[in-house]
Amino acid sequence: MTTLAPPKIFKTPYTVPSPQQIIQPALDGKQDTMVLNMGPHHPSTHGVLRLVVELDGETVVNVAPDIGFLHTGIEKSMESKTYQKAVVLTDRTDYLAPLSNNLSYVLAVEQLLDCVIPPRAQTARVLMTELQRISSHLVWLGTHALDLAAMSVFLYAFREREQILDIFELVSGARMMTSYFRVGGLAYDLPDDFVPTVTAFLDIMPSKVDEYENLLTGNPVWLERTVGVGAITTEAAIAYGISGPMLRATGLAWDLRKDMPYCGYETYNFAIPTATHGDIYDRYLVRVAEIRESVKICRQALQRIQDIGPGPWTTADRKISPPPKSEITHSMEALIHHFKLWTEGFKPPIGDAMSAIESPRGQLSTYIVSDGSPKPYRVHFRAPSFINLQALPHMAKGRLVADLVALIASMDPVLGEVDR
Amino acid sequence: MDNATVIERLREALPDVIQKTSEFRGMVSVYVGPDAIVDVAAFLRDDPDLSYNFLENLCGVDYLGRDPRFEVVYHLLSFKNHHHVCLKVGLPEQNPTAPTLTDLWATANWQEREAFDLFGIIFTGHPGLERILMPEDWEGYPLRKDVPLGGEEVAFTFNQDEIYAHKSFAKE
Repeated sequence: MTTLAPPKIFKTPYTVPSPQQIIQPALDGKQDTMVLNMGPHHPSTHGVLRLVVELDGETVVNVAPDIGFLHTGIEKSMESKTYQKAVVLTDRTDYLAPLSNNLSYVLAVEQLLDCVIPPRAQTARVLMTELQRISSHLVWLGTHALDLAAMSVFLYAFREREQILDIFELVSGARMMTSYFRVGGLAYDLPDDFVPTVTAFLDIMPSKVDEYENLLTGNPVWLERTVGVGAITTEAAIAYGISGPMLRATGLAWDLRKDMPYCGYETYNFAIPTATHGDIYDRYLVRVAEIRESVKICRQALQRIQDIGPGPWTTADRKISPPPKSEITHSMEALIHHFKLWTEGFKPPIGDAMSAIESPRGQLSTYIVSDGSPKPYRVHFRAPSFINLQALPHMAKGRLVADLVALIASMDPVLGEVDR
Repeated sequence: MDNATVIERLREALPDVIQKTSEFRGMVSVYVGPDAIVDVAAFLRDDPDLSYNFLENLCGVDYLGRDPRFEVVYHLLSFKNHHHVCLKVGLPEQNPTAPTLTDLWATANWQEREAFDLFGIIFTGHPGLERILMPEDWEGYPLRKDVPLGGEEVAFTFNQDEIYAHKSFAKE
C-alpha cells in the first residue's frame, strides 16, 4: 500500500471569543466601541448568563458569553455517590428536561453493565421522554414569545405544560425532578389511570399547537423580529458542534432518534422536521413541528403499552435493580439484594461508556468512566446548551442588541446544563 | 464502517502513532500521544470514507496514581457512517500539555477551556485559554482527584481575615 502524505490540515475559519479578549482592549484604551455588560442578572438571558457585548452604537461588534454562575459541581458530586443515588443529580443539569438527563445517564450506566431492559419499561421511557420534549418545547415557546413581548403565548403554553407536569406527578410523585428512569428500568410501575390521563392530553394537544401557530407563525411582528436574524449555515453549525433543532433548522436532517436510534426509536413512525435558512424563524418552525411529531410518537407508545399489557418495569437482574418491597418480607435473597444494593451498590466492570440521546436541545451525551467500584470514577455531560452557546458570537455579529435577546431565546439554553 | 476498518485505515495513513487500541461495549478507543492528536483528528475528519466530521465530546479525566495521570478524551462522530470513535491522549502530571483542536473544530474552544479550568490541562495554541466555569481568581483545579469535594474554605469570623487576604472578591 502506498503511504499517504502527511495530511494538509484545513483550518476552520470559525472562532469563539472569550470575555478577556473583549474586556482587555477596552481597559487598554480602545475608544471606538463600548463594552456593555448584560447579565448575569437579566430577565431575558434565560438564566444566569453574562454577556460581554462590544457595541458600536446599537450594533453588536462582538459578544462573549461568560458562564459559570450556576456551576454547582454536579460532575464532581456524582463521583461521591453510588450509581443509583447519582440519578437524582442528573435531573438538575437540564432542569427543563429532567427525564432526558435521566435517560442519558441511565443508558450510559446500562451500557457499562450490559443490562437488558424489559419492553414495558422501554416503551414507557420513550413515551415519557417525548412528553418531556413537548414540555420543554412549551417552555421554550412561552419564554421565547415572552422575550419578544408576545405574553399571551407564554400563558397558553404553560397551561398545557401544567397538564404534562400533572402526568409526571401522577407517575413519579414529582412534577419536575422526577428521577423516574432508574438503572435497569423505571422507578415505579405506571399507575392505573395513566392511560386515560395521557390520552386526554394527547387528544387536545394538536389543537393547542394550532392555537400557538395561529398567534405567531404568520404574525407580522414575529416575522419582523425573527426572519433573517441569526442565520447560520450547516457547515458553521457542524464546526460549532451544534446539534438538535438548531442544526435541523439549517437544513440537515440529523436526529439521533432516527440516525443512531436508542430505546427502540427505530420502531416508531415519525418525521424529522427541517427548515432551510437556519435563522430564528426556522428554529421556531422546527421546534413547533417537533411538538406535533412528539404527540404522534406518544400515541404510538401509549398504544404499545396497552398492547404489551402489565409486566415488569425494571430488569429482573436483582444485582442491578432492587426487588419490590413486597418480596422482601418473605424472600431472604430479596432482602440481601436490597441490603447490598442500598448500602454498597452494584459494581460495573472497569471501562468507559458514552450514551448519546436527542434531548430537546440537541445531542446530550453522558460519558462515564468506571473503576469497578460502586461509585462512578468520572461522569461528564456533553451538554448541548453549553456547546450550542458557542455559536452566539458568530450569529450576533452585526446585529442589534435587541436581536441578542431573540437569539438567546432561539438557542434555548438551560444554564443548569451549560454550567453543571 | 466498523471499528476494525477505522483502526486499519488509521494505521495505514499514520503509522507508529497509535499507542494502543481497545474496544469496550462497541466503542473503539485509540490511544495516541499529544504530538499526534491533531494529525489523527484531522485525518479522521478529512478522509472522505471515514468522514468523522463532528467533534462530539472533549473532556479530561484524572487517573490519580497512574502515569500518565491525566487523559483528554475526544469522541468523534461520523454523520455519514453513523459511527463513533474515541481518541484518548495521556498527559503527565507535571505540565500536562496538549495541542488545541480549535483549528479543526470551533466547538473545541469551550470544551478545552473547561478541561483547563477543572483539571489544569494546558492546550497550546488555544486563542483564549481562560477559566470558564470557576471564577477568574480561583486557585486550583477542582475536578482533580486530590481536591476534596467541598474544598473551599468557608469564611467564619475567626478565620475571615486570612481568607480575605488572598481572595480579593470574597468580601463583596
